[in-house]
Amino acid sequence: MVNSVSEAQYRAHQAAASVTDPELPFITVEELGILRAVRVEKGIAVARIAPTYSGCPAQAVIELSLVTALNQAGFEGRVERQLEPAWTTDWITPEGCRKLRRHGISPPVQAGKTVCGLFESAANPECPLCGSQQSERVSEFGSTACKAVYRCRSCAEPFEYFKPI
Amino acid sequence: MGCAAFARALLELADDHLILGHRLSECCGHAPILEEDLAMPNLALDLIGRARELYSRAGEVEGLGRSEDEFAYLRSEREFLNCLLVERPNRDFAHIMLRQFYFSNFMELYWLRAADSRDATVRGAAAKSVNEMKYHIRHSGEWIVRLGDGTGESARRAAEAVGELQFYIDELFIPSASAEICFETGLLPDRRSMREEWDQRVERVFTMAKLDFPEPVPALTGGRTGRHDECLGHLLAEMQHLQRVYPGAEW
Repeated sequence: MVNSVSEAQYRAHQAAASVTDPELPFITVEELGILRAVRVEKGIAVARIAPTYSGCPAQAVIELSLVTALNQAGFEGRVERQLEPAWTTDWITPEGCRKLRRHGISPPVQAGKTVCGLFESAANPECPLCGSQQSERVSEFGSTACKAVYRCRSCAEPFEYFKPI
Repeated sequence: MGCAAFARALLELADDHLILGHRLSECCGHAPILEEDLAMPNLALDLIGRARELYSRAGEVEGLGRSEDEFAYLRSEREFLNCLLVERPNRDFAHIMLRQFYFSNFMELYWLRAADSRDATVRGAAAKSVNEMKYHIRHSGEWIVRLGDGTGESARRAAEAVGELQFYIDELFIPSASAEICFETGLLPDRRSMREEWDQRVERVFTMAKLDFPEPVPALTGGRTGRHDECLGHLLAEMQHLQRVYPGAEW
């Protein structure tokens, strides 16, 4: 009995952890720190997730994908939102950061360390293409809620930066 | 009584976010430059996302089974409890940025104080919003300086916006009877307590922008009791159009 419970738990967790972000399809919800826990109770698998950026349209798709993945693994899938503690970009795993970099997105520096006074910028993100620290902000807001647009002053390439929150 | 007051105070807060978010979304495709066309809908998303969370919580607390969509789409003008500042029309870019600057400075101070609320949803919203508001303040604050200390025309328009929006500042800091009960019961922070710090913050940026800090004027109020300017009706007519014409439509 104990074994079958933990086996089910393991399968449900594997299924949920394989779900990717619709706008960053190379990275899983586990690597993003969104998936907080999966538990199985009487054949129902509940994935607890932490919402990311407020109003991020990917949220609904992630929830749907989680339910689908859990259903496919043979469970009745459910999603539960955890608002507290609030998700922060600090929860993105080192592997998640490596993947972001590999796909041309500079990973976030520690939350709360970048937003500062007007016309100032604390740490400039590292260029994911050439590794230079010499970057400048083009736009604080980008194609999705999570990204800003930067330009590298060494290799002159534009790149996206995952905004720390 | 406590529950009804909390639900109502949550609606006031949610309405502020939804209405300002909608106002910003009206700028999509109309911004003066591409970067702003990205910025304003992004800011709008933050606000609308927060509104959704607050409506859901208000629905739970109220206990009548009303959903976030019902709050947003099926209430009339007199049932909206947002402050008058957030419904002000998008007269020009200076108005839009100043409205944003006033509101986000207020909300950062508000959420900082809401971090120890007795309600878990409020605490969660506070933790997220404090960080988001920093981006909103920086974005609009930089524009206040660029406009105020920019060309003759930009400075004139920024000063005009200050003159027009000054009547709507005070209402941010006046708690409704419901908000007052929530403050006394440790659910929501005291709006009055933010005034001094807000003034200092705004004044600091106005100095950089070479703008005059508004003198105290008689406040225009009424939003918290559903008495709005005509412009809110026009906003709602557009925002609610689909649900009014096709009730229950989903996509």
